[in-house]
Amino acid sequence: MLERALIGTKRYYLLLAVLAGIFGVGFLFYLQQLKFGLGITGMGRDVSWGFYIAQFTYLVGVAASAVMVVLPYYLHNYKAFGRVTILGEFLAVAAVTMCVTFVLVDMGRPDRVMNVFKYPTPNSVMFWDIIVLNGYLLLNILIGWNVLECERHSVAPPKWIKFLSYVSIPWAVSIHTVTAFLYAGLPGRGYWLTAIMAPRFLSSAFAAGPSLLVLLCLLVRKYTKFDPGREQIQSLAKVVTYATLINVFFFFCEVFTVFYSQIPDHMLHFQYLFAGLDGKARLVPFMWFSIVGMTITAILLTNPKLRQNENTLAALCGMVIITTWIDKGLGLMTGGFVPNPMEKVTEYAPTVPEAAITLGVWALGFLVLTLLYKVAVSIKEEIRS
Amino acid sequence: MGMDRREFIRISGLAALLGLSGKGAFELVRPGQVEAAMAAKPEAQGVVRWAMVVNMQKMDEATAAKCIEACHRVHNVPDFTKPKDPKDAVPPEILNRYEVKWLWTEHYHNAFPGEEPPVMPEKIAHLPFLLLCNHCDNPPCVRVCPTKATFRREDGIVNMDMHRCIGCRFCMAGCPFGARSFNWRDPRPYITQDYPGYPTREIGVVEKCTFCAERLAQNMMPACVEASKGTLIFGDLNDEKSKVRDTLKRYFTIRRKVHLGTNPQVYYIV
Amino acid sequence: MADNYKNEFGVFAERPQVEKKYYDAKNIFTGLAVFLLLLILPLVPNLGKTVPPPQRSLETPVIQKLAEKDRKCIMPTDWMRANHMQMLVDWRDNVVRTGEKGAANGRNFVNPEGKKYLASLTNTCMDCHSNKDKFCDQCHNYVAVAPNCWGCHLTEGKTLAEAK
Ligand code: SF4
Repeated sequence: MLERALIGTKRYYLLLAVLAGIFGVGFLFYLQQLKFGLGITGMGRDVSWGFYIAQFTYLVGVAASAVMVVLPYYLHNYKAFGRVTILGEFLAVAAVTMCVTFVLVDMGRPDRVMNVFKYPTPNSVMFWDIIVLNGYLLLNILIGWNVLECERHSVAPPKWIKFLSYVSIPWAVSIHTVTAFLYAGLPGRGYWLTAIMAPRFLSSAFAAGPSLLVLLCLLVRKYTKFDPGREQIQSLAKVVTYATLINVFFFFCEVFTVFYSQIPDHMLHFQYLFAGLDGKARLVPFMWFSIVGMTITAILLTNPKLRQNENTLAALCGMVIITTWIDKGLGLMTGGFVPNPMEKVTEYAPTVPEAAITLGVWALGFLVLTLLYKVAVSIKEEIRS
Repeated sequence: MGMDRREFIRISGLAALLGLSGKGAFELVRPGQVEAAMAAKPEAQGVVRWAMVVNMQKMDEATAAKCIEACHRVHNVPDFTKPKDPKDAVPPEILNRYEVKWLWTEHYHNAFPGEEPPVMPEKIAHLPFLLLCNHCDNPPCVRVCPTKATFRREDGIVNMDMHRCIGCRFCMAGCPFGARSFNWRDPRPYITQDYPGYPTREIGVVEKCTFCAERLAQNMMPACVEASKGTLIFGDLNDEKSKVRDTLKRYFTIRRKVHLGTNPQVYYIV
Repeated sequence: MADNYKNEFGVFAERPQVEKKYYDAKNIFTGLAVFLLLLILPLVPNLGKTVPPPQRSLETPVIQKLAEKDRKCIMPTDWMRANHMQMLVDWRDNVVRTGEKGAANGRNFVNPEGKKYLASLTNTCMDCHSNKDKFCDQCHNYVAVAPNCWGCHLTEGKTLAEAK
């Protein structure tokens, strides 16, 4: 099947070349980072996690969202999604690949990464996160690949694949829950110290992931002979709608608890993000754009007409992706670290090398995605003809 | 002693295959030798609990500066404002990002945020509170470390194994006291005078105060305590006759962020 | 045999008659040749050269000052040559992880003769062997290993630094 990824149109090769090029640039900057240290990024003593871990967190969500196509198909026998499960699973593979790469890129000593397995430490959430993420990657490669192979030969997938598919459903939830636990269990970080962190992560994941999938489906339809199907896209759109609504709801739950309780440790972070602290307010416009945009998008999505028109749907999905990214990427990371434990404000902004490395990892992810989608779509085209 | 290099590699490779630790490999080569060589220290284990009292009634800028200087000198802590070579100078606006500090000062409202009374003695508001790792009894930094590179010793010292740290910085997010620093870049060009009694660090690892574990092992007081001329009191909290215990009995002390349940072991007399 | 043949679509079909010849022979063999060339390239510069075995040097001020009978390493030379790396790793774990449950406790190293040493690379080993480039590096370069001790550990021990 892999040979399908090797033959394609000029445009396909061009896309691969561009992605590989961006990846290459990122890699060069990464070499520089290896030599100089993480000091070439905008991170520092106070904001000690930045862009990389933000992308990681966001992409775990995208990966987990594959469950939104797998679950209805396997648990509710919703046949229509049979056509797109593979797109969901391969998106998860690409997303987890990016996650793992972002973690590696963020490590001070990547040469010692094996220490995590050499000295396994179950009391560290990081340990579990690495296990669930790699497990999820493996699951999705196995399931996606085998189901596609079987489809190609028009035979039913073997029993063990079905079993693995069932396993992958709670597993998807677990990857994002465990990722939320990375943050939600730290005593001194008021912004993260909330039991609703994992639910919030899941809701924003199920908003952003399926949004991305909708966009990808539209692209696949436009540029290939395989049509993921209108009904499928519309069902995904409903998932996006509910998830975005719930995500907005959760946000306001958070705001209520923080501001009605009036506990300064918790309020200060929100104040920094939405109003600025000590005259430092770099993120304020972004955060307002994020939350206002997300709320409006959620309301607009409830209108069936806007959802059914695929142009407005695409635009709304784009908004969901951007606003959740700001909320969970930029806001979550920096907001958690500002103000610092001495209640001083150090702002954070990524540097050029940091942004280039980030783009490089995204390019790597999309490279993997393109190759996998090419295989999937070619097989689907072949079956239809 | 008739073992050549190849033999050694073969045996240690075998040991590694069998999943034995480094010690295990050694064991195959020379049984019992490590244990014989590493003489156990005479004092009993698990009864010591190191703790520090900072007497803010005696503290002033000069004393604090002396303590910090002593600590940073004997641990080769870099000072990014003082490069050895002027061409390594760090732009001032990013100095605070790179900063490595084991011991530093803050004003009361930064050291104890949220606990400042609306009206308080002017003098105390401007005192330099000496801050360091609290060697918490229930340390979140140890809880989150994925490799046990940060670990709590039986005598209460929360120590770092720089050989094992992978630089994930989870501990920096976990520590609610800002006690941890990361090596964002090579510290060596910023160490004015190498102190031979202690190693420097490489890029990519986290570091912090160790309560001078290396000095305690040689029956010396921590460097800051020595430099403080009695302003810092250090000792074994479990020892009825120790000076820390006596001080804690006689003076009322406060600790940083006790409500977080980490049980800090650095006490402040105000 | 021929009638059992199944192609990937599961359809019975004739086994295809393939003409026996190399396709793209030129490309394949050039590719192979290039690959082989790249593979041996790193070896070429050293071809036919003999590299003399390293001569470790003991000419350091501290060693010179010692009386002949005291010029002994903490363990016999042969043993050290074979095992110093593992010994240092054990020292390291014992020193750094002192007091952690299960780790042996101590900064002291006592050799079989009963002599006590501080388990420290910089302050014990490097004190005598202050000539890192002649004592350590020569051999390490010869066997192409690059231990990263020196990223942190200083090459000059306390007594030497004080002597300066
Ligand atoms: S002060 Fe911070 S670094 Fe020190 S033991 Fe407590 S949590 Fe860990």
